[in-house]
Amino acid sequence: MPDQDRAHPGNAPASPPAASQQRPRPARDLTRSPWVPVLVVLASLILWELAARLTIPILLPPPADVAEAFWKSAKDGSLFRHIGASYFRILTGWFVGCVIAIPFGILAGRLKWVRAVLDPFIEFFRFIPPIAFVTLFMIWFGLGEVSKVGLIVYTAFFTTFLSTMAGAMGVEIERIRAAQCLGASPRQVFFRVIVPGTVPHIVTGVRLSLGLAFMTVVAAEFIAAESGVGYLIFSARLFAQTDFVFLGILVLGVMGFVANSILKRLLARIAYRYDVNL
Amino acid sequence: MGREGAVAAIQMQRVGKRFEPRHADGLAYEALAGVDLAIGEGEFLCVLGPTGCGKSTVMHLVAGFETPTEGRVLVAGKPVSGPGADRGMVFQNDRALFPWLTVDQNVAFGLEVAHRTPAAVRAAVDSNLELVGLTGHRTKFPRELSGGMKQRVQIARALATDPAILLMDEPFAALDAQTRRRMQEELGRIWAVSRKTVLFITHDIGEAIWLGDRIAVMTHGPAARIKEVIDVDLPRPRQNMTPGFVSLYNTLDASIRAESEAMHNA
Ligand SMILES: Nc1ncnc2c1ncn2[C@@H]1O[C@H](COP(=O)(O)OP(=O)(O)OP(=O)(O)O)[C@@H](O)[C@H]1O
Ligand SMILES: [Mg+2]
Repeated sequence: MPDQDRAHPGNAPASPPAASQQRPRPARDLTRSPWVPVLVVLASLILWELAARLTIPILLPPPADVAEAFWKSAKDGSLFRHIGASYFRILTGWFVGCVIAIPFGILAGRLKWVRAVLDPFIEFFRFIPPIAFVTLFMIWFGLGEVSKVGLIVYTAFFTTFLSTMAGAMGVEIERIRAAQCLGASPRQVFFRVIVPGTVPHIVTGVRLSLGLAFMTVVAAEFIAAESGVGYLIFSARLFAQTDFVFLGILVLGVMGFVANSILKRLLARIAYRYDVNL
Repeated sequence: MGREGAVAAIQMQRVGKRFEPRHADGLAYEALAGVDLAIGEGEFLCVLGPTGCGKSTVMHLVAGFETPTEGRVLVAGKPVSGPGADRGMVFQNDRALFPWLTVDQNVAFGLEVAHRTPAAVRAAVDSNLELVGLTGHRTKFPRELSGGMKQRVQIARALATDPAILLMDEPFAALDAQTRRRMQEELGRIWAVSRKTVLFITHDIGEAIWLGDRIAVMTHGPAARIKEVIDVDLPRPRQNMTPGFVSLYNTLDASIRAESEAMHNA
């Protein structure tokens, strides 16, 4: 838009070039409106209801059936027992896995010989989804909580470890050298440069592994469990209670959303300092 | 500046540096061979040379990031065995700042690793931020600063621990002409007050004349060495475009140009 400001020729004082005219009109940014998700959910429910009318409830139960399944299992408390069981497994396994993975990941990233020893294992196991170990963990650790939590520990550990290691390997050499020139000992370089320099990758690993923990828990609960949302889905399938299958799936989504939101809120405290996008 | 009998602050004696190949198809590269250089205490020495000749390598040897494959590098008469707080460094690249620390936390880093008292840390941070004119930006993170401000943080950080030697690798190369000019003046002022030994790498001939007591010109690589060391016999504060300035500029320009041409013909 050249020469827009020639609208007042001649005597307009030398105003800053076109800045005021070209400032974009404060158009309402619809993508930021809180109503957008509400509308999207409503539209989905309507579509779901319409689709359900085209078929039979055993294939696609209407929203009302799922709501009823919700009330039923909420009233007798079984739903919350399942949610609690799954959350317990996910959060315990995820937390333990991350806590172990972070120090080992940093060490592996910085010590060549540790990496040399671990590398063949990593390159082998990275192609095996944790779910492939479900049966093995049952045989080793029994049908109780240990095998299920253990599987999630493994899932979270592996993901967080790989990300942390990559981060620790990539810490800028200039930063390490700058610290050395400022008199930092190897120990101080480790705790004051390497560790904080790895934080963004740790955050990535921790968030990624929380998502994977949800996948793993469902697989583990399919195979051997008397509780958990995975068990809820699997047992409903056996009795062709599609409404409960849907309930389980929706509950998983909500559980993931809640867990992720809380984690994001916790991480928000450090996000700005470490320049990580949540 | 060679005061008789005094130990030079930095001495390089017949220093050679050979980089071994890092992968199967790599070739060894002899960057430096027979580098002789002595820098007196309190002296400001600038190093000029064609690109890729090994200026940064010289500085890395003095800083202790690399070890010479031949000869010796002495600081205060003792062989360099690694980096240390006696040699403050200002890197060309602002990646050397700690992005997770605010400006004042960056400047405090060297004092904190030395376990100074909080009051001493605060005093040193305050005075050095004042010196580089960043007092009003102390709680910002590096990514919230302009390029020139980041370089000033680096300078304040290097000065805060009061090192005897300041190593500066093209610290102003990335700055625009105006900022660079101001930074040169500030550095000249800081040096006049603190009288530190400064090893200053640059590819800007005017900058070298502006700041240096002496200017070392390097030959082109491989096997680069010090071609000549020229005294800057001009009164301080230096002035642009005086006859002395211009003739020295032309001498240095011709010297570096000859090296660059020899490099391209090789
Ligand atoms: N770690 C390394 N491994 C192999 N070769 C290297 C290494 N570091 C530097 N070199 C080589 O040594 C030579 C000198 O490099 P150096 O960085 O010291 O040059 P410079 O004079 O600082 O260049 P510039 O003016 O571009 O900054 C170059 O040819 C470079 O390729
Ligand atoms: Mg260089």
